[in-house]
Amino acid sequence: MSEVVDAVQETPRVRTLVLEAEGWEGHRPGQHVDVRLTAEDGYQAERSYSIASAPGQRLALTIERLEEGEVSSYLVDEARDGDRFELRGPIGGYFVWDGGVGPLLLVGGGSGVVPLMSMVRHRAATGDETPVRLLYSSRSYEDVIYRAELDELAAHGDGFEVFHTLTRSQPEGWTGYARRIDEDMLREVAWPAGDEPRVFVCGATRFVDAAADGLLALGYAPTWIKTERFGATG
Amino acid sequence: MTIEERKLDGNAIGGVLFEIFGTEVTAATGVCGSCGAEGYVATLDVYADAPGIVARCRSCEAVMIRIVRADDRTWLDLSGTRTLQIG
Repeated sequence: MSEVVDAVQETPRVRTLVLEAEGWEGHRPGQHVDVRLTAEDGYQAERSYSIASAPGQRLALTIERLEEGEVSSYLVDEARDGDRFELRGPIGGYFVWDGGVGPLLLVGGGSGVVPLMSMVRHRAATGDETPVRLLYSSRSYEDVIYRAELDELAAHGDGFEVFHTLTRSQPEGWTGYARRIDEDMLREVAWPAGDEPRVFVCGATRFVDAAADGLLALGYAPTWIKTERFGATG
Repeated sequence: MTIEERKLDGNAIGGVLFEIFGTEVTAATGVCGSCGAEGYVATLDVYADAPGIVARCRSCEAVMIRIVRADDRTWLDLSGTRTLQIG
């Protein structure tokens, strides 16, 4: 079982829950957990959520409220301190980055940034010097999760760079990208194929396919690219 | 939602597979029983919103894994998987 001990509203549709989990033995950046909710009549619903925190930090899940999402609507709108639910994990040994290997390209769409954030936080927490570029696609400025923290980390100038694209609306004076991720954008942001970068892409299926196809067109080897798709049921 | 939008990947069934095998399986490599393609379990095409879970080969789309869970039972069909290398 796990217990909610803190919550942070990240955007209008996204919230981070900080959890105290019984018997938790730590995780690797990129891993997720399965959350299982049980109703009074015994009905159970289970969903996967990526871990946002770095290893060693308090366990945090960042959850996006999805249309008619029976689990996400509870976690984003209802869950409060002291609430308890079942947690299974940490899960995953493929979509993980423990540091050191790079240069790293992280490509996230919407809440697909969450497991990538665990990697970015791990890098910062351990003083890892791997060059990292994050290309992050959001609908609008208000929908950018971790905006202030990403700005601050990028301002350190220690080899972490962040590139935003806003696909639906942009604030006045916006200087970042303003379209869906495409090959031209990847060519400008991604490391040259000659650097043999390692890549993690996370988002909805169409986003992941577009990013992976674009990188392959730039000469990236399929083995450099690890992807994680998330679904639209929540 | 289109079939394409419903498609997940093997990362999504890491928890279920952990329950069955007692170990992490998404980084295991599987060989497709139909076309012989080898790949990480994490890269399989997964449809998890059917009555059960179906994982298909990314190369030839043949079914490699089927899982159905009901109450206290789990039913696992690996007949489409030639080999699975774990660890």
